[in-house]
Parts: sequence; structure tokens; C-alpha cells
Amino acid sequence: MANFYTDNRDLRFHLTHPAMEKIVRLKEMDYREKDQYDYAPHDFEDAMDNYERVLEIIGAICAEVIAPNAEDVDHEGPTVTDGHVTYARGTRENHEALTRAGVIGMNFPRRYEGLNFPMVPYVMAAELVSRADAGFANIWGLQDCGETILEFGSEEIREEFLPRFNRGATAAMDLTEPDAGSDLQAVQLKAHYDETRGAWLLNGVKRFITNGDAEISLVLARSEEGTADGRGLSLFVYDRADGGVLVRRIENKMGIKGSPTCELVFRNAPAKLVGERRLGLIKYVMSLMNGARLGVAAQAVGIAQAAWEEAARYASERKQFGKTINNFPAVYEMLTLMRVRLQAMRSLLYETARFVDTYKAWAFISAERPLTKEEREDMKNSTRLADIYTPMVKLISSEWCNRIAYDAVQIHGGAGFIRDFPVERLYRDARITSIYEGTSQLQVVAAIRGVTTGGCLTQIREYEKAPVRPEMEHLKKELISLTNEYEKIVAQVIAAGNNELTDFHARRLVEMAANIIMGYLLLHDAQRDQAFSQAVEIFLPQAVTENRMRLEFIATFEEKELGLYKVN
Amino acid sequence: MNGIKIVVLAKQVPDTRNVGPDAMKADGTVNRSVLPAIFNPEDLNALEQALRIKERYEGVTVTLLTMGPVRAAEIIREGLYRGADDGVLLTDRAFAGSDTLATSYALALAVRKLSPDLVIGGRQAIDGDTAQVGPQVAEKLGWPQVTYAEEMHFEGDRLIIRRRLERGVETVSAPLPLVVTVNGTAPACRYRNARLVMKYKYARTETELQAENADYIAAGRPLIKITEWGVDAIGADPDQLGLSGSPTKVKEIENVILQSKESKRLTSSDSDIESLVRELLENHTIG
Repeated sequence: MANFYTDNRDLRFHLTHPAMEKIVRLKEMDYREKDQYDYAPHDFEDAMDNYERVLEIIGAICAEVIAPNAEDVDHEGPTVTDGHVTYARGTRENHEALTRAGVIGMNFPRRYEGLNFPMVPYVMAAELVSRADAGFANIWGLQDCGETILEFGSEEIREEFLPRFNRGATAAMDLTEPDAGSDLQAVQLKAHYDETRGAWLLNGVKRFITNGDAEISLVLARSEEGTADGRGLSLFVYDRADGGVLVRRIENKMGIKGSPTCELVFRNAPAKLVGERRLGLIKYVMSLMNGARLGVAAQAVGIAQAAWEEAARYASERKQFGKTINNFPAVYEMLTLMRVRLQAMRSLLYETARFVDTYKAWAFISAERPLTKEEREDMKNSTRLADIYTPMVKLISSEWCNRIAYDAVQIHGGAGFIRDFPVERLYRDARITSIYEGTSQLQVVAAIRGVTTGGCLTQIREYEKAPVRPEMEHLKKELISLTNEYEKIVAQVIAAGNNELTDFHARRLVEMAANIIMGYLLLHDAQRDQAFSQAVEIFLPQAVTENRMRLEFIATFEEKELGLYKVN
Repeated sequence: MNGIKIVVLAKQVPDTRNVGPDAMKADGTVNRSVLPAIFNPEDLNALEQALRIKERYEGVTVTLLTMGPVRAAEIIREGLYRGADDGVLLTDRAFAGSDTLATSYALALAVRKLSPDLVIGGRQAIDGDTAQVGPQVAEKLGWPQVTYAEEMHFEGDRLIIRRRLERGVETVSAPLPLVVTVNGTAPACRYRNARLVMKYKYARTETELQAENADYIAAGRPLIKITEWGVDAIGADPDQLGLSGSPTKVKEIENVILQSKESKRLTSSDSDIESLVRELLENHTIG
């Protein structure tokens, strides 16, 4: 039987990373729920066995239900009637299969009917679902909204909404508006408290809302009259059963066509306040976005995996000049680089997920008892790293996903340009990953802080301390010299004291840091599993070349040249 | 119908869908050791029907019944992972070598002991392909039977069943108690449920517990036991079981090699496709 979890041995490799022992212990709070719930793990091995078994269920559903439905869903798409969305037939089947399997609300606590899984297996599930159908992955992945309700909602709101996820409730996060896209401070949707109804009422328009007709929606709205910036915005939860929101239309998109992107009209829609007023954007949405960015990174890795597989299969079957095309250097180089980049971005994805897991677990524990000094330090450190790595992995994996999908079409030749092959859909689906939940350009804005404040460098020097096998010492040496070059050029850019210049070089600098980080991650992977040594041997020369190219450009660039680039 | 008790008959079978050259032994019996053991596909369709009834009506219980070696306990666990309430493994050396007659004798005795209102099984198992066990169990119980079922629901206290027949469908109504066998065209069985897998993964029969390291399995958790019945538990007559109770004998094995006699080249033109369709209709391959 086909299974997307068991057919890719790299997944099990990342799931069983040595850091998991600590992550699982923190998440399970020393396995204290073992006598309270008959499905709670008793120890680390038990928990890991649970993760694998559940990923196998998801892997089977992905391979046998979701992936076979993907083409029909892409063609059929969702429709709108009387202001509400009807999913494509395949989408309904996918959602029902996953709901019955009980894998929605995977990381919520058990008292809200969740599975209490850490982020690592959850992100892995997101990768699997995305590989099967990236559009559907959005609908499934919006269970992330529950995380925000869990972290910031009152107990009353948690109890009302969270258990519904596991029973199959769909969710949406209603943030953007016609005039508030990347700049969410400009949100206009109005919330006012109606004394007679004893509820907040929402009025206005939201646009580009993924899965906008969901049963549970988190809505960013202006609750403070007379304000104009982010400090006047609060977060609300709206229950579709209460009515008041209609779908005006759904967008006709290039890709992820199974996922309805809605324009919503709110007319006195009753909603409940999540957390405190005025913290909607500046605190809650920032947290929500970080979760969503990790989700898009997982989605990008999933699409890239699917594209690489299509390309590898096609190249092994297609014959030209008397042999299969994967025998030609021009093709096998492409295929191998696709695979190695995929491995590198996957290593970065799960490293990020581990940082997120660590800080979330400490945050959860700190709500119950004061943390010790070391624990506080660990929480601070992992929070900082998660903040740096999340935009970085979103940037890298979405951009590389696009490159891999591009090459996958290229390997198909003319056939790839025709709708008969899945790679055409993958190419269209890939495109959105570097746009939504913050464009690549915005990820750079978030990630550059890790470069300028030295956070990246400190972590890279940490990686440097880990021992490597003697035969790989030369690779480590290479990484150390890349790091030294990076350190020097960052210092040079900062020394110029020109913010615009820093912004101009920001992407180059972030990508240089990311290449070094992925180089170390692959090198460490190769210590644990020989199968990764080929990946690191191929990746490193690529990283060296790419970094030196950027280095050369930045080093020889003069501030006054900025003017040459200015459009106005 | 609220409160009814359903028994699902299920069999662990060698996966004969992808067989290699060593799939059969020289004496014509299936070489079970080289083929993976799986849940018989149509028994999964049967389980799905039972679980749907359980979801639709109040207080319905679903019990899995399987006969086989100790490792067939896996079938019970697979049922529990999908929503069955419990299961019984019929296992005893005396059952070994049973043909369909001896098997249905044992199953009928076990069903009597469980006293359900409804028995649902797959149409046939992919190892023997006889489709005899379900109907024989019904005969031995003296209950009515409906075969080739695809969908079922209650109207009052009668079960309304849609049957898939060669040239169409037939809807019948039947009273309880009843034996129904389900066709492979019925909806596929649901996937395992995450929480149920985590709960039942250490469910074990007594024999399994003795064979494995039970201390490790239990590890402080409440032990979930799978019922295991032998010959004595169902009060069976040993002479009607196993080889002595099985009149079926393999007389001869013949290797049949299917070979196409002629081939035909067709272009994608409408006229070629039309002539092929006409030909297939005439020789009743389709239509």
C-alpha cells in the first residue's frame, strides 16, 4: 500500500532527531497525563511510537485519497452559492478522511480533544498533506487558528471552540482587506460592542481570505474608534453558525485552486473578543503569522518533494537518443541538485520546528510554575532562534520550491507544459508559497534582524562546536571559512551606517547565513546517517559558490551606486 | 435500530494480489510464509458497514470475530483502531486445516455464544475465493442471509439492503437475526483513528502476552485484553474441526498460463474506437 510517510526515509530520520527526547518530555510534562487519558504516552518510546503510527495513517490517506483526488480538485475547484462555499467533491472526501482519522487539532492539549503532539510531527504531517495536494493543505493547516485560541483565548473561548476542531470544524484567519495586505496596520473592518446584544458586532470587507467560509474564523478588526494604526486592532473569533458573513466571490487563482480564496462581507456579524483589546495585531496576529509561516515552509517542502518525484520518475522513463534522459549530465545534475536542495530545506524546516517546540513547551509550562534560571534562558534562546529561523525557512523553502518546480517542468520538456502531467499543477501551486503569509521580501525584513544583531552568527558558532568525523573535517573547515567571510561582510555593511544599504543587501546577507546554517545541518545529519554525506558534499560547493558571488557583489558595491537602482 | 449487537466476521489472509512464483506450495496450498498477512479486503468493507450502523443508531456495538493463528489477533486490533468495540480470536490447534465447512461450524458456534442480532462478513476471502463461509454460517445458525450487499439501513426493525448483482442492483428487506455478506463495491473502510491506535496498540490476547514481554507492554497502563476462545470455549466437537472435519481435498493443481492469442492495433480515430466498442458489446465483454 502506498504511503507518503513510509516511502520517504528522511522523514523518520528527522522525526527521531536526538533533541526529540527533551522536546517530547517538555510537551508531555514528564508524561503526567498517562493515567488520565487512555491514549496518552507513558514514556518517550511510547510517544515516538504514537507519532510514527499517526504519521503512517496520514501518509496512507495522503497517498490513497488526497493525492489521487488532487487533479479533479484542481479542475473542479470550490464554488459559491448564496454567499457560501461548496468544496469540490475531492476536498470533501479528503476532509472527511482526515477528520475520521482524528488528525485535526493535532497539537492541542488532550483536554480540548487534541492529540498533544509537538510541532515536529505536526509539521511533518503538513509536509505530507502538501505533497499530496498543496491547496488542500491550506484547509487542513488552518487548524493553526486553534493554537492562537489556545495561547490567547479565555478558558471559556477555548472550551467552546477547540474541541470542535477534532470533530472536523474548518477554520480561517481573516486578516487582509482590499487596502491592507502586507500592511495590516491599515485594517478597517469595524468592531463595536453592542450593549443590547451583549456582543461585538463586525462590519466591513475582508479580501484574499483562505477558506473564508470556515466554521470558525479569527478576525482582525478595528475595535478602537478614531485609531489609525495597529494599536487600535483587536482579534475576534466568529462562529459561522451565528451568521452575518457572506462570501461575495472567490478568486480565480493561478494555483492551489482547491482552496477557496474569499472576499467576505461582514454585516453585524457577532463575534467574541480573543484575549485583550488592542493586542490583536501587535501580539496575537504576529504569533498566528509565525505559525502560518512555518506551515507555508512545510507546504513548500511538500510541493518540492512531489515535483522532484515527478521529475525523477519522468527522467527514468523518458528515452531520447537511445537512453533514458537521466543518463545525460544536463539532466542528472538538475535532478541531483533538486534532491539536495530539498534535503537542505527539509533539515532547516525541522530544525526550526524544534526551536518552536522548545519555546512553546516552556511557555506552556511557565503558565503553571515559575521557570528556573536555566529554563528561562532556554526559553529565551529558543524563542529568539525560532523568530530568526521561521522567516528564514519560509524564504528559503518557498523560493527553492519554485526553483525545483521550475526544473521539474523543464525535465518534462514539452510534456511538462501540458496539463496531462501533475507537474504542471505543482508548478502553479508552488508559485504562491513565496507570496502569501508574507512575501519573500517581507521574510527578509524579519530575518535580517538575525543577521544584524548577530543571532545567526552565534548559532552558527554553536554548530561549529559539534564534532564531526575525521573524513568530514575538510567540509567543516570550508564552513568555518564561509562563516568568517560572512562575519566580515556583515560587519562591513553595518559599519556603513546606512539603513537603506542594509535593506538593499538584506536578502543577500540572509541567504548567505541560511546557506551556512543548512551546510552545518546537513553536515550534522551526515554524522548521524551516512546517507546524508553525499548531500553535504554536493551542497557545500554550491553554497560556497553562491556565497562568494554575493560576497563579491557586496564587497565591491559602493553606496553611491544605490542611486543607479532607484526607480523614482 | 438502536441497541443492536453486530458481529463482523473477518479473516487474516495472505496478500494474494501481488504474488510471486513461490506463492503456492507443491501440494497446491498457499505458501502463507512468503506473503504479507492482511485484513481480507471485503471484510474491511463489511466492517465499514457495521461501523456506519453504529454511527447512525444509538447503543450499537460491533464485535470482530476472527479465526486463525495467534498472529490473527492483529485483525482484531485493526478493527479496534477503526472503531469496533471489541473482538474475539478463535484460535486452537484443533482448528488448523479447516475447510469452509469446518470453519463455518466453529464460527457459527462462536456467533451463538456472542448472540448478536446481525452478522456481517465480506463476500469472500482472497485466499480461497469460495464465498461459502458467510452463507454456511447462516445455514448453521438457521438464520436468513443476504449476499452481495453494498449498502444497508434500517426501516423499522427490518434491514433494507442494496445488493450488487451482475446486471444491476436489487433492494431487499430482511428481518433480524440475519447474516449479510458485503461486496467489494461497497464503500471502502475508513482509515485507522489516531486516538484509537494510541489506545489499543497494546491490546493483546492471553497467548500473545505469554509470548511477549508482558511487563514491558503493560508498563503501568491498564491492560486491554483481547478475548481468545479455543475449542472448549465454544463447545465444539473436535471431529467436525480441522482436517478431520474438512471433506475438501485438493485433487490436482494445474498451472494455467493466460496468453493472448491475437493482438489488434487501433488508432485513436473515432471509427476505430467505435468498431472496438461494437465488438466488445457483441461478445458481451461490456454492456
